[in-house]
Amino acid sequence: MGSITSPIREPLVTGNKTYSQITEDICAPTERAPSLSWVLAFTVANVLLGVFAFTSVWTVYFGIGTWDLNRTVGWGWDITNFVWWIGIGHAGTLISAILLLFRQKWRTGVNRAAEAMTIFAVACAGQFPLIHMGRAWFAFFIFPYPNTRGPLWVNFNSPLLWDVFAISTYAIVSILFWYTGLVPDFATIRDRSRGLRKKIYGFVSFGWTGSAKHWQRWESLSLVLAGLATPLVLSVHTIVSFDFATSVIPGWHTTIFPPYFVAGAIFSGFAMVQTLMIITRYVLKLEDYITIGHIESMNKVILLTGTMVGIAYLTELFVAWYSGYIYEQFAFFNRATGPYWAAYWIMMTCNLVTPQIFWFKKMRRNIYVTFIMSIFVNIGMWYERFVIIATTLARDFLPSSWSLYSPTWVEIGIFIGSLGLFFTLFLVFVRVAPVVAIAEIKHILKSSGDQYVEKQKEHIKKHQFTENN
Amino acid sequence: MSKNKHVLFGLYDDDEILLDAVKEARNQKLDIMDVFTPFPVHGLDPALGLSESRLHISGFVFGLLGALTAFGFMTWIMVVDWPIIYGGKPYWAVPSFIPITFELTVLFSAVGMVIVFYTICGLGPGVNSVILDPRITDDKFCIAFDVTNVDESEQSELKKFFEQSGASEINNKTI
Repeated sequence: MGSITSPIREPLVTGNKTYSQITEDICAPTERAPSLSWVLAFTVANVLLGVFAFTSVWTVYFGIGTWDLNRTVGWGWDITNFVWWIGIGHAGTLISAILLLFRQKWRTGVNRAAEAMTIFAVACAGQFPLIHMGRAWFAFFIFPYPNTRGPLWVNFNSPLLWDVFAISTYAIVSILFWYTGLVPDFATIRDRSRGLRKKIYGFVSFGWTGSAKHWQRWESLSLVLAGLATPLVLSVHTIVSFDFATSVIPGWHTTIFPPYFVAGAIFSGFAMVQTLMIITRYVLKLEDYITIGHIESMNKVILLTGTMVGIAYLTELFVAWYSGYIYEQFAFFNRATGPYWAAYWIMMTCNLVTPQIFWFKKMRRNIYVTFIMSIFVNIGMWYERFVIIATTLARDFLPSSWSLYSPTWVEIGIFIGSLGLFFTLFLVFVRVAPVVAIAEIKHILKSSGDQYVEKQKEHIKKHQFTENN
Repeated sequence: MSKNKHVLFGLYDDDEILLDAVKEARNQKLDIMDVFTPFPVHGLDPALGLSESRLHISGFVFGLLGALTAFGFMTWIMVVDWPIIYGGKPYWAVPSFIPITFELTVLFSAVGMVIVFYTICGLGPGVNSVILDPRITDDKFCIAFDVTNVDESEQSELKKFFEQSGASEINNKTI
């Protein structure tokens, strides 16, 4: 019973699970002592987090001069990293919001972890504009608050300010959405535990009882939040692209930027979800909930968005040529053949060429291929932002002011360190919260669990048999 | 706690048995206090006769408030309080105000609705609800009756209903 799902569809929960087995499988990793692999990973992540703290403090103490930015290249690795992280932070809300509206049941296996990843990626992204301010303790100047300087307000015509609002809103709404989904699952852990642990989970589960009326409102809330988050997630990277597109720099001021950035964000976000989920499902033994079918579905999204990004690259080249505007033409010629040609071709290869392997079903369903591809996409998308930012700025209108840019150890340290921040948060998350949405998996069990799908198939076979006679 | 409530509740092993039981209880005009489930069971709301949630209305109201706040505030700042010409644009540069107006619409709507949700459900940090049975958040489905002012014979009828509708356990608790 339950809602009607075609039996041709692959089961989303395998291993003949019952409701209580689902609870057991998903809660267990939070209840046992951490494994050796977790401790090792956490140690490495913490060391990197230390690198992040050290290089950030170094930057703030000695100033932005410790980076090799110059008069022409005012944005280097910092803004590259910022856009990269924000892009990665797009998959979670896409999976939980847009796929909820599209009634895609496979989202239930991965939405919780993807949303967590989103929040942590946005947290990493937020560090970069903050450090780049130089005087990070004045960061609150970016908000329009009544002050004693007039009051002197912020400039509401500036896309950088729109970015402040977009990213703050995105972070807050993502956290609310994620936490509201977590509350019933925290209640499940609460009711399984004793002592201090019960008190802690009792506190964070907000006194959830599972009352019918609460569930009804919870579903209503999830649906409206999904409806709000859908245009929100599209708006965030659109506004990030405005940071570039509203300027008058050749190679930046193109109207294709918003859709191109959004597709790129989804592309890189899904790649990061794949990277994390392939490891998580193996380490936490969640292969029955995050199946090859889930991985294949995400690979399809990667193929689609990767191809969209590729088309955008080619369109940019075409428009540069077709516009007849020599500065635009030079910008793209310079990207492909100038001093940063290697970055450009890494970007082209990793984003446009290699993901085409996913046209083959065998490749989409191969975990090793998927994992390698996801790393490729992460690298390719980082280079995309580097190409857009650094190559464009290094060659501006006047050849006399051309310059080159390469990062210092401080900038490299901040980037590597931000990975430490991200993985530290993610590793803590897998220890304290259910990585898969327990209630949502139970909800789809009767329509997408393997034993039920089998039964439905048999039922249809029998039905056809009697009809033929 | 001013007054203790006596609750008689039955636990069911499956959502389909629960749905049939709820329908049966409604047929027998039994006054169900509440139903507790480990996940949202579809079809339960109409079976219980719950009216549709009006939570989304609060989302709309807060969203409208956000849009008006953002647009009004920006207009006041840029036109009245400290007018500056940026890039040859008019003071009241409406297209420039759209992104922030949109973001604050979403922000107000989402935050407002979440606050309303937790308030009307009586949930929040530090709330200690009485849990009838810890397995309700795992794999048991529960129908509860308030039997504070119900006499013995009616209670035994409720128990009979639980037995007939396929409850695997019948318990009572004072909350």
